Amino acid sequence: MKKNQKQGKQEYSRLTNPNTPFAVISIIPSVAGVLVFFIIPFFIIIGYSFLDDPINMNFVGIDNYKALFANTAFRRAAKNTLVLSATGVPLAVVLSLGLASLLDSRIPCKSLFRTFFLSPMMVPVASIVLIWQVVFHYNGTLNSVIVDYFQGQPVDWMKSSKCMIVVVLLFLWKNLGYNMILFLAALGNIPNDLIEVAELEGAGALYRLIHIKLRYLSPTLLFVTILSIINSFKLFREVYLLTGDYPFEDIYLLQHYMNNNFRNLDYQKLSAAAMIMSAVMVVIIGILYILENKLGGDVEE
Amino acid sequence: MKKKKKRLTLQRLFRSVTLVLMTAFAAVSAVIFLLPTVLTFTNSLMSQAEINADYGVIFSSVTNNRTFIAEKVNLKFIPDIVSFSQYITVLIKSPDYLLKFWNSVILTVPIVIFQTAIAVLASYGFARLTGRLKEIIFFVYIILMLMPYQVTLVPNYLVADKLGLLDTIWSIILPGIFSPFAVFLLTKAMKRIPKTYYEAAMLDGAGELQIFATICYPLIRSAVFSVLMLVFIDYWNMVEQPLILLSDESLHPLSVFLSKINSGDTGLAFAVAVIYMTPTLLMFLYGEEYLVEGITYSGGIKG
Repeated sequence: MKKNQKQGKQEYSRLTNPNTPFAVISIIPSVAGVLVFFIIPFFIIIGYSFLDDPINMNFVGIDNYKALFANTAFRRAAKNTLVLSATGVPLAVVLSLGLASLLDSRIPCKSLFRTFFLSPMMVPVASIVLIWQVVFHYNGTLNSVIVDYFQGQPVDWMKSSKCMIVVVLLFLWKNLGYNMILFLAALGNIPNDLIEVAELEGAGALYRLIHIKLRYLSPTLLFVTILSIINSFKLFREVYLLTGDYPFEDIYLLQHYMNNNFRNLDYQKLSAAAMIMSAVMVVIIGILYILENKLGGDVEE
Repeated sequence: MKKKKKRLTLQRLFRSVTLVLMTAFAAVSAVIFLLPTVLTFTNSLMSQAEINADYGVIFSSVTNNRTFIAEKVNLKFIPDIVSFSQYITVLIKSPDYLLKFWNSVILTVPIVIFQTAIAVLASYGFARLTGRLKEIIFFVYIILMLMPYQVTLVPNYLVADKLGLLDTIWSIILPGIFSPFAVFLLTKAMKRIPKTYYEAAMLDGAGELQIFATICYPLIRSAVFSVLMLVFIDYWNMVEQPLILLSDESLHPLSVFLSKINSGDTGLAFAVAVIYMTPTLLMFLYGEEYLVEGITYSGGIKG
């Protein structure tokens, strides 16, 4: 009797144990590929960033990093990238939250609007670059409007510091839809009764937003912010398609700098730059993670 | 009493005015969002002559000596005469563009198929396995997913260099296949399957492969569609990888090539742009719900 019970228990635990051979085998192809193409080379690159070159293999400490920070091209690229992210990311977060709130309200034709807002995501940037060039060219549509209707001076949108604006607009156009969907899902998860109680108790719209909605939204806020930061680092794509290999110096980005070093095969600089970038990313994600825990920790299950 | 009623109607009026304003605002922004796509399409129906006349100032230095060029750009919503001449030229006379389109296809399709296939399998393991090691591996995947190209392209380049894959399409396809995004997303979908399903299936004597194929896969199928779409859009739009990993420009995808259209070809450019966005737009029309579901899944890195 007792033996039987024991056997039954063993049988049951065998059935419920999720760590089966098949489960282990299933992740092997993916893990192997990630190791070969990302993790192992990443560690080699950490090594390279402290060596003089991959052939002599002399340890030089942080000389590569020092040289990188002393390099004016790198500093300009880093500064431009930071400025672009610092402008684009807050706008992307706030505006997409605005759009999501708009579509979460009682307006008609919501799903049609959602489709429209999401559509830029599906359009390759390369495809609409021509239209942007027509609009923002020195002799383009926007300048015509400025001159003809507002008696203003034409602005050289592409070849002055104003090109930052064009790039940020393109970034927002492309990314707001995705962020908006994330916020819409999060807004839908806020318990309705909570909002209704607050309304009954006389809480204003602003109070409801800050004290209830934002708390429930905080994990999504964190995610959208991280996502927007990553996407802002990808802005090179838009800049490249608009301006080619050699842009105006205000939009010379880190990726331009990296591209040049790939061409010269300068592994030390590349490795050091990649290390700095990844360190910055880890720090940013860490800070946001801590912030989110402080702000919204109490509403999570 | 009367006063209260009056206040109520005022409030109602205020509400409906806000609603109208909000709707108008949403409509205007929605149209702005759609406009570049629509304009690209309408402009693709212009003839070469009309393009030159309207945009000659911007795109050409050569055509300046012709007479019909306006001094300013004249952005048109609707062409004067609808003409398919751009499409005809692209499809018949300019094999260059079709070749680049094909390059895009052979770079993107293998990545999409194999990244998803490997991820469907791996998501089963990541959703089921327990223990510290698995947690660490999955955490590494998340960090990797969040790294920008400036970081991941350096390891990719190094591996391609060491394996002799540089300047071949494999230098892009292989890292693409193992990119952790699809694994992350599908694991989240797979984790939603209740544990009792597995236990019940096993008690009934189902093998693991059977459980995976007949229970898990059908339950995450819509997430698989979302992943297929998201990965496809991402790689269809690629620019960074070919610029660095393929120095041979004849291998470049259309996304890179489109930006290099020279002055003589502007009459085709809009048509090529439209052809290029057709696959993704069709996907969108057909599967917007999957896309929205996929995006929703991707939210929240805390699992």
